[in-house]
Amino acid sequence: MNPSFLLAATLLLPLIGTLFIALTGSRANLREAVTLVTAGLLAVIVYSLLQDVLAGARPAATLVEVVPGLPLALEIEPLGMLFACIASGLWIVNSLYSIGYMRGNHEHKQTRFYMCFAIAIASAMGIAFAGNMFTLFIFYEVLTLSTYPLVAHKETAEARQGARIYLGLLIGTSIGFQMVAIIWTWLAAGTLDFAAGGILRGKVDPAVLPFLLALYMFGIGKAALMPFHRWLPSAMVAPTPVSALLHAVAVVKAGVFTVLKVVVYVFGVDLLAETGASQWLIGVASFTLIAASLVAMTKDNLKARLAYSTISQLSYIVLGAALATSYGVLGGALHIATHALGKITLFMCAGAIYVATHKTEISEMDGLGRRMPFTYGAFLVGALSIIGLPPLAGVWSKWYLAMGAVETGLWAVVAVYMISSLLNVAYLIPVVARGFFKPSAEPVPQSVGAAAAPAAGGLQEAPLLCVLPPCLTAAGCVVLFFYADAVVALLRPLVQ
Amino acid sequence: MSTLSAALPHLPILQVVVPLISAPICFLLQRAGLAWAFSTLVSWLAFATSVMLLRAVMADGTIHYEIGGWAAPWGIEYVIDAANAIVLVIVSGIGAAVSSYAPRSVLAEIPASQRGLYYTAYLLCLAGLLGVTITGDAFNVFVFLEITSLSSYVLVAAGAGLDRRALTAAYNYLVMGTVGATFFVIGVGLLYMVTGTLNIADLHERVPPLLDNRTVHVAFAFIVVGLGLKLALFPLHTWLPNAYTYAPSTGTAFLAATSTKVSVYVLLRFLFGVFAPTSGLMALTMDYVLLPLAVIGMMAATVAAIYQYNLKRLLAYSSVAQLGYMVLGFAYGSVDGLTAAVLHLFNHALMKGALFLALGCVMLRVGDVTMHGVRGLGRQMPWTMAAFVAGGLSLIGVPLTVGFISKWYLVGAALEDGRWWIAALILASSLLAVIYVWKVVEAAYLREPPAGRTVREAPLSMLVPTWILVLANIWFGVDAELTVSVARTAAMGLLGVAP
Repeated sequence: MNPSFLLAATLLLPLIGTLFIALTGSRANLREAVTLVTAGLLAVIVYSLLQDVLAGARPAATLVEVVPGLPLALEIEPLGMLFACIASGLWIVNSLYSIGYMRGNHEHKQTRFYMCFAIAIASAMGIAFAGNMFTLFIFYEVLTLSTYPLVAHKETAEARQGARIYLGLLIGTSIGFQMVAIIWTWLAAGTLDFAAGGILRGKVDPAVLPFLLALYMFGIGKAALMPFHRWLPSAMVAPTPVSALLHAVAVVKAGVFTVLKVVVYVFGVDLLAETGASQWLIGVASFTLIAASLVAMTKDNLKARLAYSTISQLSYIVLGAALATSYGVLGGALHIATHALGKITLFMCAGAIYVATHKTEISEMDGLGRRMPFTYGAFLVGALSIIGLPPLAGVWSKWYLAMGAVETGLWAVVAVYMISSLLNVAYLIPVVARGFFKPSAEPVPQSVGAAAAPAAGGLQEAPLLCVLPPCLTAAGCVVLFFYADAVVALLRPLVQ
Repeated sequence: MSTLSAALPHLPILQVVVPLISAPICFLLQRAGLAWAFSTLVSWLAFATSVMLLRAVMADGTIHYEIGGWAAPWGIEYVIDAANAIVLVIVSGIGAAVSSYAPRSVLAEIPASQRGLYYTAYLLCLAGLLGVTITGDAFNVFVFLEITSLSSYVLVAAGAGLDRRALTAAYNYLVMGTVGATFFVIGVGLLYMVTGTLNIADLHERVPPLLDNRTVHVAFAFIVVGLGLKLALFPLHTWLPNAYTYAPSTGTAFLAATSTKVSVYVLLRFLFGVFAPTSGLMALTMDYVLLPLAVIGMMAATVAAIYQYNLKRLLAYSSVAQLGYMVLGFAYGSVDGLTAAVLHLFNHALMKGALFLALGCVMLRVGDVTMHGVRGLGRQMPWTMAAFVAGGLSLIGVPLTVGFISKWYLVGAALEDGRWWIAALILASSLLAVIYVWKVVEAAYLREPPAGRTVREAPLSMLVPTWILVLANIWFGVDAELTVSVARTAAMGLLGVAP
């Protein structure tokens, strides 16, 4: 089929899905079928586009010219292709998980939940395939708004408060800083189209480039650079599937994806390297990276710990971009993929534990691993991938990021990456260790389950649909380790 | 067909005369239903006329129309260029939407004996606003301004059936409005004294060489302050919150979306079409009076809006802030700034129209437009609240709404001028707008309705006009080509810059 049509379809399909989810709202099985079919079709379309892109094509489509010179345009390039693959692929897995989780927990207003989810995916596609900064910004805002009802889902005072911080920080930074940066860029460069090598060379005084970069970097609140990171822990009041797909994959990755886009296609890596405009960012990102890891260690709530871990991991990518070297950018892009797989696994495991036991605090989870071996097994794999041990995918992105640091001769940055890996061990492994090795705080209930299935050794796993998805993504971490070169091949044009 | 083509050259006068003559006819119709049908028909005719005028202006340039065939300096001349053609479209378009929406709301809010009169006052107000906009004669502006003012006092006072405070609000509005109109006519009189003409085009020829003349200075001061009162420029805005709060829903929607906009246009016309923009006096007023007042108004009114409990009052304060944006746009005195101002004039009318109409639906069903009244309405009146949220997002300036286009051009114009701090303040103010819009969203969607209240969705006759305005908010936010090109043409025309 015509690639331009397929490109527009990636946006339209989830929106059509939203409509059908609304129409089938009263019949839950049909509604979930709509979600799964939409997710499946979307993945097929994205996959067929991937083949085109690998063959060197750059499909493009212009939707509408909003004001003269500023069209709503889509164009695929390798980085966006990668992001779209991750978001659409994991949407399938996460939809399965959502069904298990939402039903297992008897959550209310599920139709609204699935509708907002589909809109969020449509906007993630829009961000991935945006052909200019203007289009990207529009979908960036739509993503924020469409995820607000998901964060406020529980409608309790706590959820309202969390959602307020979420919306306030994301809208605040994007309108307050990012929009200024975009308008400034437009006035200076006369265009907002993404172009290889950037559009700002010779257009903006190098002396003010760091300032413009700062407007972008802090304006992209979704990248959770300190001090604008508070929204991410606040968003953890959302149901876990939201935290898993949106706040480990789609939303936060949209943030760092935008960072990479800005660095590569608006500023241009060479321009940043020549002017040193991103030097300050190395410091800020390093600080966020270490500080968030330290905070993560203090958190007893599992989801909060994972949230701070995410903040820290996002800064890996920002730091990679700030290095302004080809390895740094490549590593950052790769880390989008590897961290997505690892972190969604961890979140889904946290959700599975919650569904099975209604426990949220790590200190209450002693001994759970023996009762939930699959969940804990998947958690271990995800954790090791994020720490960066072979044979798991996480090792490659850290490898490239460290190479980027070596390339610039900044040994301090290499040290930051290494120290942070150690901190990862310190806050992720105890979760698993407590689960497997500490004796259970409460006696294993000798009730119906155990009596009926003694052969299972007192297994108390969450429903299948809660356990299978994290196992799948954990397996994905292993597979990606062996096929990382395919991803690197896709990304290679980015730095040539 | 032949009558239509014969009428075409006379569109400028028909634009004003049709609603003006309809007003007494409407009064004679007596029955509220008939009066409504008639006034709606007239509004739609006026809208069609204004659209044809806009198209003619954009295609062939400025239209001059001599009333009664009397040539310009002696007779009254109507002059239509891009700047006022777009305002005509706003006024008559909002009029058409509001009057289509009106019957159910008027039935609920206004006593039976006054309904026919209410429609009559509305038609007079419409005629007055269109007249102010279309005329090319300074004294004629005053005449129509008075017609508008007197009829809008009536529109506000008509809210007395619901809340007696409408009377004091109208009285206050009357006092302030009369002071404003008087100042304006004093200014025009002084200009006449010096130049011997009332024709705006002639004034534009004769006033600039006299800019050092003391009388011209005084005239300038009177006109700016007088119009400042009419358009509710901070700190001359005090009449506005009460007037908008206590007027009937339809009255508020119509006045909020049109009347201050027309005053902004007249100020624009006098600042740039009579007094030359380059003069020292002018530049000083721009930089040291209008600009600071616009900025302070923008911030202060936004903060005031956050603390409001009554949603109509909340939107009224937000209007004061938004008027600040417009004044800001033309206080830059650049083509970009004026473009932004004209653009925002159009866009803000769409937002406020949609928002006030949505509140009218709430008023009809719940009878309470406070933070408490909208609790839980997200489920009980989903279409109404969705319209409110869409209007609110537009007010904040979220992409894909007209508000975003306005913000884009306002900030762009500020940056182009190198006024960083103003760009920062515009954005700060729109972020504060998030707070007051979101207070409503939380109340409507995340809170349970008061115990025992069961309300139905508003009737279609009200939802459809509301949603037409909401969709216009989105349409012109996604495809702003038309509005931007008209606004730019208008700005260039006002500044006398060749395209």
